[in-house]
Amino acid sequence: MAERQSPERQSPERQLPEHLSPLEPALHPGSHGNFEHGVDVILSETKPGSILQLAAWPGEEKQLISGIRTVTGLTLPDGAGGGSTNGVRSVFGFAPGKFTVVDEAEGLALAFADVVTPAIGTLTDLSHGRTAIRIAGPKAEWVLAKFFAIDFALPAFPLGAGRSTNHHDIFAQIQRTGADQFDIYVFRSFARSFWKALCHASEEVGYEVQ
Amino acid sequence: MLITCPYCGPRDVIEFTYQGDGNRQRPQPASQDLDAWNAYVYERLNPAGDHNEIWQHSGGCRAHLKVVRNTLTHEISSAAFARGDHKSGARHKAEGKS
Ligand SMILES: [Zn+2]
Repeated sequence: MAERQSPERQSPERQLPEHLSPLEPALHPGSHGNFEHGVDVILSETKPGSILQLAAWPGEEKQLISGIRTVTGLTLPDGAGGGSTNGVRSVFGFAPGKFTVVDEAEGLALAFADVVTPAIGTLTDLSHGRTAIRIAGPKAEWVLAKFFAIDFALPAFPLGAGRSTNHHDIFAQIQRTGADQFDIYVFRSFARSFWKALCHASEEVGYEVQ
Repeated sequence: MLITCPYCGPRDVIEFTYQGDGNRQRPQPASQDLDAWNAYVYERLNPAGDHNEIWQHSGGCRAHLKVVRNTLTHEISSAAFARGDHKSGARHKAEGKS
């Protein structure tokens, strides 16, 4: 693990570089597409301060899950792809023994540094490597179903759960953070292209960018 | 064709990458047994029917899977994590415990 400066010496705010949105040139707030009869999805960038990927060595999964609960206060339900969210922090499994943890605030990696020890697993800070896009509204499932060959219905994709899949080779992690709301994590370098595609796909139902 | 990933559930084959014949036994890296290396590199069962294969869920959870696929019908009769099994299998072989 890379050396990091101790939190006593510098505040997290000063340590971490500014977040720049790759969507900025393509993000146009307002209503678009076929919205005369109403806006059926809302697209936004959630810009979390921290996006981490945690991985447990085989046999250390329970230790890692308990560490996640200690740091975030979030409990991971049993089962593949299980997750939870409290609106500020979110966590979900995306692969065996691997979890994505997200926080509105910056500096979450620092909080995990002493919890995810080398004996338990690894911590990768992806805060600047992923872009988080939120799609919400009554037609969110409909629009996403055009992108991803997975079942978005609530019984198959419960609240808080996560899924790893991809759209035209753009790898995506998706978490359901509401009955009709999903947060999608994509590689930052593909995010603008993905965003444009998502806007096109939302035109038919009428969409608002916030 | 759908492969039911033990982590992600049923997913389209487009999310998976074929990693080769699952019947191969890789010799120990230091092995000088040329017949064993020859078998590892070239010998294939090529069955008309059930075939042991290794696939990676590269467009999903990225786990490596042991898959049994019927080469005539493409029916997938099983898909399980390759991880533990192959690791311990290789180790047992090296230690001569079969
Ligand atoms: Zn999978």
